[in-house]
Amino acid sequence: MKKILVLIEVLENKIKRVSYELITAGRKIAEQTNYELLGVAFSSNTELLEKVKEFGLSKIILINNSTFEKYSVSLFSKALSQVVTKYQVEYVLLPAHTYGLEIAGRLAANLESPYISDCISLTIDNGKAIAKKPIYAGKAQINVLVDGNIKIFTLRPNVFTAEVNPTEKLEIEEFNPDVGDNDKKEVVVNSFRNEGKLDVLEAEIVVSGGRGIKGPEHYNLIEELANVLGAAVGASRAVVDAGWRPHNEQVGQTGKTVSPTLYVACGISGAIQHLAGMASSKFILAINKDKDAPIFKVADYGIVGDLFNAIPKLIKELKKYKE
Amino acid sequence: MKILVGISRVPDTATRILVGKDGKSIDEQGVKFIINPYDEFALEEGLRIKEKFGGEVVTITVGPEPSKEIIRTALAMGADRAVLVKTNSSFDSFFTAKNIAIYAKEFNPDIILFGKQSVDYDSLAVPAMVSELLNFPLITIVSKLTIDGSKVVAERDVVGGREVVETTLPCVISAQKGLNEPRYPKLPDILKAKNKPIDERSPQETSPMYEIINMEIPHRARKNIILSDSDEDIAEIARLLHEDAKII
Repeated sequence: MKKILVLIEVLENKIKRVSYELITAGRKIAEQTNYELLGVAFSSNTELLEKVKEFGLSKIILINNSTFEKYSVSLFSKALSQVVTKYQVEYVLLPAHTYGLEIAGRLAANLESPYISDCISLTIDNGKAIAKKPIYAGKAQINVLVDGNIKIFTLRPNVFTAEVNPTEKLEIEEFNPDVGDNDKKEVVVNSFRNEGKLDVLEAEIVVSGGRGIKGPEHYNLIEELANVLGAAVGASRAVVDAGWRPHNEQVGQTGKTVSPTLYVACGISGAIQHLAGMASSKFILAINKDKDAPIFKVADYGIVGDLFNAIPKLIKELKKYKE
Repeated sequence: MKILVGISRVPDTATRILVGKDGKSIDEQGVKFIINPYDEFALEEGLRIKEKFGGEVVTITVGPEPSKEIIRTALAMGADRAVLVKTNSSFDSFFTAKNIAIYAKEFNPDIILFGKQSVDYDSLAVPAMVSELLNFPLITIVSKLTIDGSKVVAERDVVGGREVVETTLPCVISAQKGLNEPRYPKLPDILKAKNKPIDERSPQETSPMYEIINMEIPHRARKNIILSDSDEDIAEIARLLHEDAKII
């Protein structure tokens, strides 16, 4: 029987949420094709993996070998390529983030198989896959028909829902990839967590500031609003280019593309490049002095007014709901 | 040091994208094309590596004939020469990667630099595919790069943090914004670039693996409740966030 393979990503002894999204997406393909759904994990913590049962995954190929303790893209993609071949995998689903994207590219070239990145929908029609993928930073999207014995997809996090669908038993099958030390071409020698700081890519709510904030010294206003909402702090390109905020906070075409539940744009006029990076948010709140600012055209809610007046008032009102 | 830099021709990021007549690609009428912004960081880094260690910077483009305009810009920035593999296909990353790898095998670069993604199809696939085809190490989305002998140290942002990755030459690097500040070509460089060679080639075809069914412009209906900053209006916005968006 052909298989659908999803990557179960374990980071710092936690399964990444996107893995459950992949399981659900994979389960839906399995139901349509009658293929078997398999997970693959690089981990030594088998107890932790039990959690996947909740989402309906009943078999995991486990790579539990000290060579794989630290991430290396060439090593991990080589191992995955062996899993795909050994288990007759037809569909490979990986997360569309830094690791998933680079692994998928190498894997696709290695297997000379079709690969569509950053999919926001994936359906099966007559044995052929149709993937929807944003292009031009989300200003447009294409539907692509993919055919081939092996098909690889990376799925955009936060877009596919993780649905609970409990299963009773989890089978874990160990697999020892045939790799040597010279397959580990890159070594992560140091890593830092942004402690206590939410990343705009992972947050349910993002609060961003633009030129209207007037200077880096006023950014505490944005941070305070983010704090009340439990949100990540983002920034417009103007603010990043001015050196007021770090690039990893930039939302937009040359920054990050986000799709949170709520996006709050403060003092951001809404240049087309910025809109491209946040227009797929579920709800958008804009605060801007200029009632004609383009940001209001994409907003669900808007406050026309001075942000130095509006944000403190909004914080006060929001706090009432938190009590 | 032999430095190969991949550059591609993309619509200016300020372009309003419209669907073309074929329903599968953009309407190019009136669209201004530029060097892919991330490729400028890759090229600038390549030029700095050459300035430090000596050598040659060659750009490679897999794209249509008018790519020559952006290739001239790259040559004006300081690349020594360019290769253009002429094609009208641009969606198929494997085709692009394969043709870059074919040239790389002939040129034998010490380092291959790309922008982290091309801002048209946003696939982020070509650097990884080229590295695999050449069996080179790969570090993507790099915002700081140091080369010392054959040792390469790169820093990059990953979700929720940052990491330092080490590898050795030859390798493939993809550049993120922040890696450097790309230079603007000066007039004498622009004139000089006119005489630099562009090696035009025909692509090696690969079997097509995709069919674009259609291209569409996403549209999301918005509520568009725009109020003032009066106390009552802001209270109403907070209420909407609570009851309607249910986020607090």
